Amino acid sequence: MARKLRILIAKPGLDGHDRGAKVIARALRDAGMEVIYTGLRQTPEMIAEAALQEDVDAIGLSVLSGAHMALVPRVFELLAAQGQAGVPVLLGGIIPNEDIPVLRERGVTAIFGPGTTTDAVVAAFEQATAHGAPSP
Amino acid sequence: MSLLDRILAGDRLALARLLTQIENESPAGFEALSGLFPRTGQAHMVGITGAPGTGKSTLVNRLALELRTRTQARVAIVAVDPSSPFTGGAILGDRIRMRDLTGDPGIFIRSMASRGALGGLARTTAAVVDALDGAGYSWILIETVGAGQAEVEIARTAHTTLVIEAPGMGDDVQAIKAGILEAADVLVVNKADLPGADNAVRALQSSLELASAVPRVWDHHGRLEPVDATQEARVAWVPPVLKTVAALGEGIHEVVDAILNHRTYLETTGGRARRDRDRLSHEVHALLSDRLLAEFLDSHASADLGAALEKVFARQASPRQVVESLLAARR
Repeated sequence: MARKLRILIAKPGLDGHDRGAKVIARALRDAGMEVIYTGLRQTPEMIAEAALQEDVDAIGLSVLSGAHMALVPRVFELLAAQGQAGVPVLLGGIIPNEDIPVLRERGVTAIFGPGTTTDAVVAAFEQATAHGAPSP
Repeated sequence: MSLLDRILAGDRLALARLLTQIENESPAGFEALSGLFPRTGQAHMVGITGAPGTGKSTLVNRLALELRTRTQARVAIVAVDPSSPFTGGAILGDRIRMRDLTGDPGIFIRSMASRGALGGLARTTAAVVDALDGAGYSWILIETVGAGQAEVEIARTAHTTLVIEAPGMGDDVQAIKAGILEAADVLVVNKADLPGADNAVRALQSSLELASAVPRVWDHHGRLEPVDATQEARVAWVPPVLKTVAALGEGIHEVVDAILNHRTYLETTGGRARRDRDRLSHEVHALLSDRLLAEFLDSHASADLGAALEKVFARQASPRQVVESLLAARR
């Protein structure tokens, strides 16, 4: 059977708005991907643990709370510590322009703000995972 | 270090990677699984099934915590959600209800998409469960796709099958229909704080009584008599009907008691060995039929098959006749 892309969609931090994350999860599903959706208020530790157990091909984070500069680097630290430094991380939400270069530098593959189409997001996940999952 | 060695050394990422390979039915994955196979047969597998929205994931979350606390043994969870028959995509959302299990390295949760299989599990769920068994997880909780009346595959994979109901799901005739309830070793009425819970319990209990919970035999004078309870092999397991409110953690202790009792029952009556043999022979049969079909399709000119199908489409031959002649041509 053909390999299926497995994508983790998670909402780190304390904001309570997950409609955006659900829209993305649904769009990826409709593009034929398997989306592990973990729900609201995830700690970076929970996200990293889910990424490990589920052996995901990419991670999508949705942050609307403004805490991205604390949460996103922490996710990268944990992924690296558990041998998953190569897993692409994509970010969506309310991210001020001045933070974007810093986050890209830290390793975020793509950043999506308001007004992004779901087609663009699906394409970005497809591109980010095009080289296959990191080998064991 | 091979993937297998890493798994045996306790590397959880290596285990996760093996599960992916098994799901994708890759030769490397099956080779590693064959290496683990001699170590399998240790775990007790608990199936959790029931209609969508009855609270299966929430219950699994609580059961995993309780089993972990009471037995100290490692717990794995395999949670299956449906794949879209149209796009092949899936939303795997069972982890949403399992957030209490984070941070315990003795618990491993894996979500699976059904990938087109019917029966409530994915085609490779049994192999994934074997891998977790071989990797040393003593309890494996298998949560099915939200199941209707016919998804009884789980009863073949699990040693102990829990069927979860919620109040208001149907009358007592639903409870005597064939199918999922027959697969139950333990019946759980979840959301028991909602109205109608006692009615649901009564309907299930009376349906169990109709199923002649007391096994009887004809004695040699032609009378129907209850079996002597000391005849160990004939002691029947009567599925308990338990009430829970999984969201609040109520009734969980009793469900774990029932699972432990059923495990003891299987061990003392030889039922465990019988279930294992049934499961493994089913697995061998299923693999054999898959492989034979694949070989047949490979070796056979697709033109023959196409021509045969055209006959069927034109109603010149029935599907059964066409299969007979295809097989006859091969001999």
